[in-house]
Amino acid sequence: MKTINTIHQHTDGKTIEPQLALSDRGLVPRETRETVGDITATNPRVICRNVDVYYGEKQALFNVSLDIGTHEVISLIGPSGCGKSTLLRCFNRMNDTIPSCRVIGSIDIDGKNINDVDMDVVLLRSRVGMVFQKPNPFPKSIYENVAYGPRIHGLARSKDELIEIVRMSLTRAGLWKEVADRLDEPGTGLSGGQQQRLCIARAIAINPEIILMDEPCSALDPIATARIEELIDELKENYAIVIVTHSMQQAARVSQRTAYFHLGHLIEVGATEQIFTHPRHQLTEDYITGRFG
Amino acid sequence: MSDSISEIRSATPSSTADVIRSGLRRRYRKEKTFRRIGLGAIVFGLLTVLFLFFSIGSKGYSAFQQTFVLLSVTYDSKVLGLGTNPTEEDLQTANYEGLVKKVLRDLYPTVSGRKQKRKLYKLISPGAFFEIRQRVLHNPSLLDTTEQLWLPADDDVDMLMKGYIDRTLDEDSRRLSDLQITWVDALERQGKIRKRFNSTFFMSGDSREPELAGIGGAMMGTAFTLLITLTLAFPLGIATAIYLEEFAPRNRWIDLIEININNLAAVPSIVFGLLGLAVFLNFFGLPRSAPVVGGLVLALMTLPTIIIASRAALQSVPPSIREAALGMGASLTQSTLQHVLPLAMPGMLTGSIIGMARALGETAPLLMIGMVAFIVDVPQKLTDPSTVLPVQIYLWLDSPERAFVERSSAAIIVLLVFLISMNILAVILRRKFERRW
Repeated sequence: MKTINTIHQHTDGKTIEPQLALSDRGLVPRETRETVGDITATNPRVICRNVDVYYGEKQALFNVSLDIGTHEVISLIGPSGCGKSTLLRCFNRMNDTIPSCRVIGSIDIDGKNINDVDMDVVLLRSRVGMVFQKPNPFPKSIYENVAYGPRIHGLARSKDELIEIVRMSLTRAGLWKEVADRLDEPGTGLSGGQQQRLCIARAIAINPEIILMDEPCSALDPIATARIEELIDELKENYAIVIVTHSMQQAARVSQRTAYFHLGHLIEVGATEQIFTHPRHQLTEDYITGRFG
Repeated sequence: MSDSISEIRSATPSSTADVIRSGLRRRYRKEKTFRRIGLGAIVFGLLTVLFLFFSIGSKGYSAFQQTFVLLSVTYDSKVLGLGTNPTEEDLQTANYEGLVKKVLRDLYPTVSGRKQKRKLYKLISPGAFFEIRQRVLHNPSLLDTTEQLWLPADDDVDMLMKGYIDRTLDEDSRRLSDLQITWVDALERQGKIRKRFNSTFFMSGDSREPELAGIGGAMMGTAFTLLITLTLAFPLGIATAIYLEEFAPRNRWIDLIEININNLAAVPSIVFGLLGLAVFLNFFGLPRSAPVVGGLVLALMTLPTIIIASRAALQSVPPSIREAALGMGASLTQSTLQHVLPLAMPGMLTGSIIGMARALGETAPLLMIGMVAFIVDVPQKLTDPSTVLPVQIYLWLDSPERAFVERSSAAIIVLLVFLISMNILAVILRRKFERRW
């Protein structure tokens, strides 16, 4: 495992000397591509080890290892094309829909490698939900949008139970008051922010253990963004959330841990506050100070 | 050369504006010419279509009426050759033709001589006795009673009434002699000859006598054939398109299949007829001239069109729909059938209707499998020999009788009405279900 333990954090109780030369400001130099910081988490939900992803001949992710913890929000940040969305889509095997994509390495959820041939993808995707960048509610009624998941997975035994699930999900997503009287109207008739909250309600209706969010607010205005960020904060009580974001301010606001990616490499992982105030890799500091973005 | 180069180098915004302004008039003039040419092409096309419709319509509209003669028919059992208690068989074989001739003789009792009598009999359709026989068989109590009946006139009399026979020609160059014309005029003065709606045209099958011929048989044949075509081609085409678009892996074999399907859409239709002849008739031994075989052949012909249109409809569904469904834990089958298919269905329907409209007008492949026969009876089931409307038109155009010219044109009108309605239906469906995602 090629991670570097810092002087201050311990994995086995012993202090370990840093093994690489540091630049004059005390930061790991730009050329180094090895992950800085503690990739592990307490009580991890997802354990990623040595993941490589190829699109045809081109490699998009290089030897990424990362843990996702329970009840935490971890944000993946980095410049465009650095592989954060690719890693996100590995967690629910949405990369399978891209014919030229190959995923190598182990991604363990609940002790089972999800890249195994005998992994049931349908079951996986019901345990790992996803919210996409552009809100994509089904062109059906609001009720149908939320009821679809519970229905196909057999979560409700009667119509009343289904209605209750729909009500609970819309309430948790903060949308119930606005749509309670028009559940039969098409989901596509809502505003952008409402549609995204509908997609979140749809995702949590089947009680996944992990929710993946791929730049959920990038297509929304600031007020809708603020509401969704509030929502993410509430949701972390029950779900583990991985959020990919372009906005460093958003990452700072919503997440507890942050992982910085650069050109397919995981450069640094750590507590959000530490990443944004005292980054330890030169590339991380370059990014957060706006030298590239 | 260096002059223009130095001009370029010394260009300023205002000098450039002058250059642009001076060129504008020429540009606008070119665009105007282009628009006029386009408009002219459209107008020319429309005029041609209107001319076509008008020429067919003017030839065919008269076929929707048929001349009938009002005759006083006495069901004289002696003339019919029936005894006191006739059996069913007796009624079937009685001398109805003789009865018709007697009725005509009673109408003009002064007519004598064989030649004149023959001319008199030719005023009424040779098939008029069918109707009388039907009435007696249906209601034997009519025997020895009299009633007034409108019987169909002969097709030459029909043509005279519709003004297609030139009275000024020499008697020898006409189909009707002067004497026959006087009789017809006399009947007209008495109000005993009239043009009425030609329901025979829509109800009965083909006949050698134009006044008895109709497209009823051809329309039933077309309906049966298209039913088979639709039942076979639509589900198979949709399922193939769904498989190729959503489930099939992307490799060379699938590419090969795609290329072949696209090519089949362009194969001349008569080749499908040859295929039907060789495989369905010779190898499988299916009944010749039956709508089953016609439907099979047309289904093969329509399948590529439906597959291509359905694939385009599926491709137009945005991938975000599929991603949303898959992300919820739906299987590929559920995502395709419950989300993608309903959204693609309007496009698939439109493509299918257009494919069916093409199949409706096909003649060549059906000629090869024998649907070109002279079919008198209206087909009752899918294995009865029958013909289809385009083939019926083709057969009638071959006949020499003047009355068949108007009937073929009328049949063409009916066919065009069907084609246009189907295409309008396709356009309406497409407009109605056009979605904005």
